[in-house]
Amino acid sequence: MSALNQNELRIIGFLCNWCSYGGADTAGVGRFSQPTDLRIIRVPCSGRINPLFIGRALLNGADGVLVSGCHPRDCHYAEGNFYARRRLEMFQRLLSTMGIDPKRFEYTWVSASEGQRWQTVVTKFTEQIHELGPAPRFGAFQDQNPVVETKC
Amino acid sequence: MTFITELKEQIKTALPDLDMVIGWERGFDPLHATPLFMRKAQDVERLEVGPLAVHNTATYLTGFKGKKVGVVVKGCDSRAVIQLLQEGLIDRENVVIFGFPCQGVVDMVKVQKYLGNTGLVREAQIQDSSLKVKVNGEERDLALKDVLADKCARCRYPNAMLHDHFAGQPIEPHAPEDKYQDVEELESLSLEERFKHWEREMHRCIRCYACRNACPMCVCRDHCVAQSRQPQWLTQDDSVREKWMFQVIHAMHLAGRCVECGECQRACPMDIPILALKRKLNREARDLFNYEAGVDPNETAPLLSFKVEEENINERGW
Repeated sequence: MSALNQNELRIIGFLCNWCSYGGADTAGVGRFSQPTDLRIIRVPCSGRINPLFIGRALLNGADGVLVSGCHPRDCHYAEGNFYARRRLEMFQRLLSTMGIDPKRFEYTWVSASEGQRWQTVVTKFTEQIHELGPAPRFGAFQDQNPVVETKC
Repeated sequence: MTFITELKEQIKTALPDLDMVIGWERGFDPLHATPLFMRKAQDVERLEVGPLAVHNTATYLTGFKGKKVGVVVKGCDSRAVIQLLQEGLIDRENVVIFGFPCQGVVDMVKVQKYLGNTGLVREAQIQDSSLKVKVNGEERDLALKDVLADKCARCRYPNAMLHDHFAGQPIEPHAPEDKYQDVEELESLSLEERFKHWEREMHRCIRCYACRNACPMCVCRDHCVAQSRQPQWLTQDDSVREKWMFQVIHAMHLAGRCVECGECQRACPMDIPILALKRKLNREARDLFNYEAGVDPNETAPLLSFKVEEENINERGW
């Protein structure tokens, strides 16, 4: 059963427990209206996010992935987001070589008090993904070329 | 190749203090080499070094932890040794490095392009700058520069960068700088074409994991996530998606660590050009962190460190 209506795309959000998840909560408490394409996964820290989570999500059917953590210098664990920043930046640059639009993945920083900012981030990112449309899928190639020449 | 006698002498002198020395010998035919593990002085006579010695000897080092091992290394192999030292995966006092000037190694895919499927080759030898092969009773002469691996054409470190013994005279780099031409070519395609390109290539993958097994930096052995069920990163499904996911995992696990020895691509029985993916990340590591893997054993890998203010990472304003 798909919960998707025609206009919705699948967007996965990895949010750190201490800042961005709180920020999303603040936005909810403040009753800011937001697009509903985003499905949030709460993680202890942005440093917990393996860039391959994003790769797996994008290959498994997500149309976009948003990662959000505490602002640099504000990490609950002091330095988790500094490591995350390097990893995520590297991964984002790999995406284009993989043939996936790097705009399908963004990472940003939202603190627990920034409900308004969270609303902006979600709205902008959802718009960005809607402009790109559904993510490319594997499968077209096999149908066109059922037999592939192999080398011995 | 005059340095080979010198090299053999050096190995023989050092061998009594070592458990073994890893090098190359003639394989199943004269065109192919195979790794050689020299334990006794007479084994050293079988050592063959040259453009056919394609394997990265450093790949075996982590498997012999605790033993005193010598390795005969090309320039790229020595970078792998440096990277392993940098990450603390091997101990410097347990490794003796024998360097020599490497003129490049032969890419068998290119040889096949010229000769077709050679079958068992009876005669093959390197003379000056050509590779002479006898195929089906016919003498074939290939210019060495036509059959050398791409990595050798752009090689800036043909001599062992870290060594205890060095045989022969160091030679000049084969290229002044690496322009990442293969990555540029890939990036000149549109996003859809790149996606199609990988789909087409990965479709051929047989999931043998030779790329992983040949990789000197893949040190997880039995704990590789490709086979782990907890967490289960990959299913047993033979779809392009799973095969491709493994390559992405491999590339990301090598981010900022890959020494570009090209073993993954050489070992691939389907000749899938997977090195480009790793080289892409290396180029980004160079641009972002001004870092090159396998050059300095005292550096810290870029993804294991950070700066509070990153110079080259642009904080995105929303």
